[in-house]
Amino acid sequence: MKPSTERKREGSPWTGLWAVVGKEMADHLTSARMQILEALIVLTAGGTVYAAIQNLKTTIGQDRFIFLKLFTTAKDPLPAFVGFLGFLVPLIAIALAFDTINGEFNRRTMSRLLAQPIYRDALLLGKFLGGLFTQALVYAAIWLLIIGLGLIGLGVPPNGEEVIRMVWLLLATIVYGGIWQALAMIFSIKFRQPATAALSALAMWLFFLVFWDMLVGILAQVISPVRYGLPEEQIRFIQTGLALSRISPNTLYTEIIVALTQPAVRSLGLVLPSQWQGAILGTPLPWEQSVMLIWPHLTGLIAATLLLFAAAYVMFQRREVRA
Amino acid sequence: MSDAPVIETVGLTKKYGEFTAVKDLNLEVQAGEIFGLLGPNGSGKTTTILMLLGLTEPTRGVARVLGFDPTRQPLQVKARVGYLPDQVGFYDELTARENLIYTAKLNGLPRPEAHARIEEALERVGLQEVADKRVGTFSFGMRHRLGVADILIKRPQVIIMDEPTQGLDPQGAREFLHLIRGLKGEGITILLSSHLLHQVQEICDRVGLFHRGTLRLVGTVPELGRKVLGKAYRIRLQAQGDPEALAEALRAIPGVTEVRMPGAESYEVDAEEDLRPEAAEAVVRAGGRLMGLEVETQSLDVIYNRYFQEVEHEAIH
Repeated sequence: MKPSTERKREGSPWTGLWAVVGKEMADHLTSARMQILEALIVLTAGGTVYAAIQNLKTTIGQDRFIFLKLFTTAKDPLPAFVGFLGFLVPLIAIALAFDTINGEFNRRTMSRLLAQPIYRDALLLGKFLGGLFTQALVYAAIWLLIIGLGLIGLGVPPNGEEVIRMVWLLLATIVYGGIWQALAMIFSIKFRQPATAALSALAMWLFFLVFWDMLVGILAQVISPVRYGLPEEQIRFIQTGLALSRISPNTLYTEIIVALTQPAVRSLGLVLPSQWQGAILGTPLPWEQSVMLIWPHLTGLIAATLLLFAAAYVMFQRREVRA
Repeated sequence: MSDAPVIETVGLTKKYGEFTAVKDLNLEVQAGEIFGLLGPNGSGKTTTILMLLGLTEPTRGVARVLGFDPTRQPLQVKARVGYLPDQVGFYDELTARENLIYTAKLNGLPRPEAHARIEEALERVGLQEVADKRVGTFSFGMRHRLGVADILIKRPQVIIMDEPTQGLDPQGAREFLHLIRGLKGEGITILLSSHLLHQVQEICDRVGLFHRGTLRLVGTVPELGRKVLGKAYRIRLQAQGDPEALAEALRAIPGVTEVRMPGAESYEVDAEEDLRPEAAEAVVRAGGRLMGLEVETQSLDVIYNRYFQEVEHEAIH
């Protein structure tokens, strides 16, 4: 008997992937945890959109993009639906993933699972995709609900431009959910206790939601200080602040929402008066141009998700099976 | 099946940092055999099992299971080998049948085939009546049986079990041992690790003693008895008559190594072979009245305890 010189492992790493995805989705969609969150997001969507319709009814016919306003119109005391999305999406993503790996260890199903003819790759990716598809399903349902409410409440159909923008917004929301899911997954590999993993993921979420913007102001002042009040200094200060702020996925997602739901927005950064030359202010951009505007944001979110997933993958591959 | 061993390892070694969990393991398990891995906790039994399944990578050495390399061809190995971990867990919120369906899907079984196998496995372990109950309501014994059903789904050629009888009540353990014998009867090779020595002795064809990551002794139970105790037979006899004279007569038999008197009119004779006729003759010749005579093969318990006392003793000196 000789040691095999072949270093490569045999068989596809994706064997059993769809079995895992199916199991995960079935689990998520029937779990009490997910049902509570679904109820929450349906109530939010229903409430905010109903309030928005009350407001928008008066302006039907004056606005080309009235359906997009369903997402962004706030009526006191309710904020706009997109405002809710910014923090509900991470919450759902974290709820789906915080016990995905340590839960298997705690239930003692991990060794039995890995003794089946599948690679760990399939298990991890299957769990990630299962969660992501669940999110996609939930958000798509919410989108359809909002459009349905809009059709009834406003009495006009959305135009093609609006539909395309809403689809892009849906895609961006799923990607935004993906990054938080990957993060929660890392914690679920790192920590044995699901409670620790959940709290760590929620701490990250709170950090980016609340504290990062405060820190950005301080950090930008340190990195690019405004000493003499020169315009160059001020521009540099603002740009540093913007760059730092965009480390947060929340900022990226908020900017994506702005660009997609407000076609008149032409830039997400600092614009100098010289750059406005020749522009007709207030005219909407076609959706292709708005998508160009958010393209770096979208790729940034996807890249961060892939990096987080890769980190989770490396950690999980190195993890010993015995508990 | 060919003559090649079903499980074979050469110089298999696993290190966790400085700690050597398994050292230079050379093991051969033949087709259709029940092989028992014995040893104290932390002696490397579970690590060995995980390496055989490709669940942990050996630091050095080679393993072959059914001719496949578990490190490079784990899917081939895991498709043919059933593994019952020491603490088997299921998804509590799913029913017994749903849990098995998931296993069947992971094994890539087509649906009708999976259903047939699941029915068969559930019936075999006696769970068909609770098949549609949630596993959360199951007792420990029922989970254990479901664990066995879970392995049977893939129709394995080899079954590897880690501490399979731990925590079972006597009735459950008996049924389980019966089931294992049945599986052996179907030609399945079984490797198990255990602490419960009398059960191991009952069902294992051969056993291996582990100590601190090394496989020290391998063989059938009588073989180990001879190796460890130096004398494989212990004859107990009850006889009336002069104790001194009887003991003297028994000691005089060639092949007897020791004679003890554990109580009045009872004698224990350690011998290299089965010397019952000679002992009876000696008693009668010495004027004693023979009341009882039996031979006790060395129990695995005694071998195990004696062996580990000896190695501990060696380690100290």
